[in-house]
Amino acid sequence: MTAHIPDTQQEHTPLISLAAGARDTLPMLVGAAPFGMIFGTLVAASPMAPWHGQLMSLSVYAGSSQFIAAGLVASHTGMLVIWFTTLIVNMRHMLYAATLLPHVAHLPARWRWLLGFLLTDETFAVMAGYYQRHRNPSNGHWYFLGSGLAMYGNWQLWTLVGLLFGAIFPQLQTMGLDFAMVATFIAIIVPQLNRLPQFGAALAAGFFAYLLQDLPYKLGLLSAVFIGVAVGIALTRAGTGSGVGKAKESEREVQA
Amino acid sequence: MNYTLMIFGMAAVTVFVKAIMFILGDRVAFPPLLNLALSFVPVTVLTAIIVPMILAPHGKGMELNWHNPQLIASVVAIIVCAFTRKQMLTIVAGLVVFFAWQLWITA
Repeated sequence: MTAHIPDTQQEHTPLISLAAGARDTLPMLVGAAPFGMIFGTLVAASPMAPWHGQLMSLSVYAGSSQFIAAGLVASHTGMLVIWFTTLIVNMRHMLYAATLLPHVAHLPARWRWLLGFLLTDETFAVMAGYYQRHRNPSNGHWYFLGSGLAMYGNWQLWTLVGLLFGAIFPQLQTMGLDFAMVATFIAIIVPQLNRLPQFGAALAAGFFAYLLQDLPYKLGLLSAVFIGVAVGIALTRAGTGSGVGKAKESEREVQA
Repeated sequence: MNYTLMIFGMAAVTVFVKAIMFILGDRVAFPPLLNLALSFVPVTVLTAIIVPMILAPHGKGMELNWHNPQLIASVVAIIVCAFTRKQMLTIVAGLVVFFAWQLWITA
């Protein structure tokens, strides 16, 4: 066990913590690069202008919801449905934030807004590991900022590369590059299907998404998601009784 | 559609969702059922988006046959991903099969 490593970060200046956060995020940067690039090419092949893609990466900065928005725009979905989908897809960040909250609660509001904006799946993973290794780091927020800014810069760069690539090869659209999105989503979905509730949720969502695809404003998609989530919850409950909620609650208490 | 407005709306929603817990702090409690429900959101949304694109790529009924490159390439991608768990390999394999299959049926 590596419990209670002496906290060497304590002595560090903000700049050193910032650099350490960026350095420890490096593997995540490599992993996110192809997704940024595919997002850029998807936008280039969609009804949106290329600069919309960069604007989305700069202001929204949430990979999966950007992918989904590009897909929804391509299938002419209404704006309200896109906003609502964005809300639903990004709600998992509330779980991340709830987990990291004890380490940022003392910071001024502008820091909390900034770190919240920079929160992603990847930075959450890095920060969860960091706070496990360091009990009370005085410059933890600088490390957080370093991780977040590295991911942010990386995402902008690869979005731009994808946009340029899509602009140089516009025939990609007719070649059906939107299949890149399908393949990307498969690569995200399949590893999650090893548990029955996830598998059942995905199966139900896919079935009803196909069945209800002709409903206006992509309401079929939202209905399919609600049905899939309900199936997932039901299968979880059937598998473990009511113990799940209690286990999660005690887990949260331990973390806090 | 006004895409700039759409994007700023998405940005507002996303910043709100990401930062609200940091801003409200311990004043908000998360019911366990909501936790559980949220854990199924990514996988269901992504699946619901791609299944119609795979089964009915032209939006005109099911194309469950060899002339549907989306279907063939998706099956290959699913198999590659299930056995290797490598994301990039899955994407590349899916794309290669997709383009190759498309060339082959149009040739």
